[in-house]
Amino acid sequence: MELVYSVTVGIMVTCSVFLMLRGHTFAIVMGLTLMSYAVNLFLFASGGLVLNQPAILAEGAEYSDPLPQALVLTAIVIGFAMTAFALILAIRARADLGNDQVDGKATSSDILADKDHEGQLRQHPDKATGGKHK
Amino acid sequence: MHLPVLPVLLPFFAAVFILFPWFNMRLNAQRVVAQGFLLLLLGLTVYLFVEVLNHGPQAYAMGDWQAPFGIFLVADLMSASMLVLTSVLALATHLYGCAGEDTKGRFFHPLYMFQLMGLNGAFLTADAFNLFVFFEILLIASYSLLIHGGGRERTRAAQHYVLFNLIGSAFFLIALAVLYRAFGTLNIPDMAARAAQLPAESLPLAEAGGLLLMVVFGIKSALLPLHFWLPKTYSNTSIPVAALFAVMTKVGIYSLWRIHSVVFGPDAGAVAGIGMNALAWLSGGTLAAGIIGVLASQSLRWLIANLIIISVGTLLVSVSLGTESGIAAGLYYTLHSTLMCGAFFLLAGLITLQRGQAEDRFVRSRPLLYPVISGLLYALVAMALIGLPPFSGFIGKVFILQAAYDSGDALWVWPLVLVSGLAALIALSRAGTTIFWRTQGTVLTEARERISPLHLLSAGLLTAMTVVLVVAAGPLTEWSMQAASELRAGLTVQQINDQIPGGVR
Repeated sequence: MELVYSVTVGIMVTCSVFLMLRGHTFAIVMGLTLMSYAVNLFLFASGGLVLNQPAILAEGAEYSDPLPQALVLTAIVIGFAMTAFALILAIRARADLGNDQVDGKATSSDILADKDHEGQLRQHPDKATGGKHK
Repeated sequence: MHLPVLPVLLPFFAAVFILFPWFNMRLNAQRVVAQGFLLLLLGLTVYLFVEVLNHGPQAYAMGDWQAPFGIFLVADLMSASMLVLTSVLALATHLYGCAGEDTKGRFFHPLYMFQLMGLNGAFLTADAFNLFVFFEILLIASYSLLIHGGGRERTRAAQHYVLFNLIGSAFFLIALAVLYRAFGTLNIPDMAARAAQLPAESLPLAEAGGLLLMVVFGIKSALLPLHFWLPKTYSNTSIPVAALFAVMTKVGIYSLWRIHSVVFGPDAGAVAGIGMNALAWLSGGTLAAGIIGVLASQSLRWLIANLIIISVGTLLVSVSLGTESGIAAGLYYTLHSTLMCGAFFLLAGLITLQRGQAEDRFVRSRPLLYPVISGLLYALVAMALIGLPPFSGFIGKVFILQAAYDSGDALWVWPLVLVSGLAALIALSRAGTTIFWRTQGTVLTEARERISPLHLLSAGLLTAMTVVLVVAAGPLTEWSMQAASELRAGLTVQQINDQIPGGVR
C-alpha cells in the first residue's frame, strides 16, 4: 500500500513540476493544482497509513491519526482559495498584458497564433488595453 | 484572560465591520472607522507588551484545549514587540493611504485589516500549522493589496509574487508533514522539548523538514537565491502597501527565530543548528546582492526595495550567528529597519507627487514644491538607514557587529555590514543630489492640491520614529535582550497548561 501511495504522489509531483516550469500561466495554475493535490496526499500520509481503524484512540487498539486528516481539510480549503485567486489573476494578466506568458513578454509563437486568428482578433489585445492603464 | 487573542480578533472584526453595505459608498466613514480600529489596536498591543513585560509570557488556549493538543497563542516579549511594531507601521501607512490612495480601487480598508490579522496571528501563534494558516491569511490579503489600483506593471509583478508564494506554500505543507512524522507534534514548545530526544530513525526526517522550512522562510524573507521577486514587487505596488510590506519580510525572519533558533536551537541535540552554516553563506550573499542592487538602482522605490534586501541580509546574518545576543541585536535592528524602510516608501510617494512626469526616477526634473521638509525627512531617513550616528541605524548595526564579535564571526560579518553601509551612503547621496539639486523648470503647482497634510503627517510620523528609537535605545536594547533570552528559554507545555483556567493540570 505504501509503495503504490508514494508512487502516486511522486507521479503527481513530477507532472506538476513539469507544468510549473512552462511559461504559460494556465499551465502553471494547472501545475499548482496538481501540486496541491499531491501535497494533500503527502500530508495525509504523515500520520502513517493504516486500514480500518478508528480515528480516535481506543483501548489497546491501533488507531488512525486524526490530526493529519484535520490538517488536510484545512490545506484543501486554503489551496482551493489560493488556486481560485491565481486563476483570476491569470485572467486579469491576460487582459492587462495581452498574452498569457508569465513574464508578460509575447513569444514569436504567440504573435503567429494571433495572426492566424486575425479574423476574430482584429487588434492585438496589447494595443487595445495598452493606453488604458498607466 | 483573553488579551493575547485580541490583536488577531480586532482587525478581523474591523474588516468585517467595514465590509457592511452601509460603508460601501462612504469612503470617509471607512477611513475614520479603520483609523479608529488601528488606534485601538495600537493601544491594545502596547498594553499587551506592558502586561508581558510585568507578568511574563501569556498563553492563550483556543477553546481551553490543554497543551499540546489544542492550538495556542503565546504572547512573549518577542511577539509583543513585533505586534507593537506592526501596529505603529500600520497606523502611519494607513494614514497615508487615507490621503487618496484608497480611492484607486475598492476594499482597500478591509484588506488592510485582514493583512494585519494575518500578521498579528503569525506573530502570536505557538503552533507550526497555525503559523501556516496565518501565513496564508496574510498572503492572500497581500496578493489583493498588491494589485490595488491595477496597471500593467503591477499585475505582472503580482503574478510573479503570487505564483512564487503558492509554490512556497506547497513547500511549507510538505515540511510540516515531514516534521509531524518526525516529532509527532506541531506545537512549537512541544517540538522544542522533544527535539533533543528524537529517535535515530526520525533524525533524517527532522533534518529534511527543518531545512525545507528554512527554504520557505527564505522565500518570505528574501534570502539570496529566493529574493528576485522582491524589488519588482515592492517598487511597483502602491506606496502605502509597499510601506506596510516592509514588515512582511520580517515575518520570515521572525519565523526563523521561532523555529530555527529555538526548536533547532543549541539544546536540540543531534538536530541543533541545522542549516545555520548554509544560512550564514546565503545571508552574506544576500547582503552582497543588496549592495549591488542599491548601487545599480535607477529609481527611488527600486533603491528602497534593495535597501530592504540589505536590511534582510543583515538580519539573516544576525540569525545565522545562532547566539542569544545575535537574536537580541536582530530584534532591535528589525524595529529600526522596518520603520525606516516604511518611512522611506512614504517619503518616496511624497517626492513622486511633487515631481510630475519624472516620478521617482533619478533624472533631472522640476524642483520640489516643499524642498525643505522633504529634504529634511530624506536626510533623516537616509542617515538612519546608512547607519550614521546618532540615529537608530547606527545603534542597530553596532549591536549586530558586537554580537558578531562575541560569537567569533567578526571576520566575515564586519566587512559585509560595513560595506553595505558604504554602498547605501553612496547610493543615497547620489539619489538625493539628483532629486533635490539637479533641477530644471518650474515647480509643479498642481502638487499643492495633490498633497494633503495627511501625506506629510504620516511620513513625518514614521520618520520621527528613528528619534524615538534612539532616545529609548537604553530600555529597548534591554528589552530585546530579555526577549531573546525568553525566546531561548521558551515556555514549556506544563507552563502553558498552568495558564489555562479550566485546563487539566
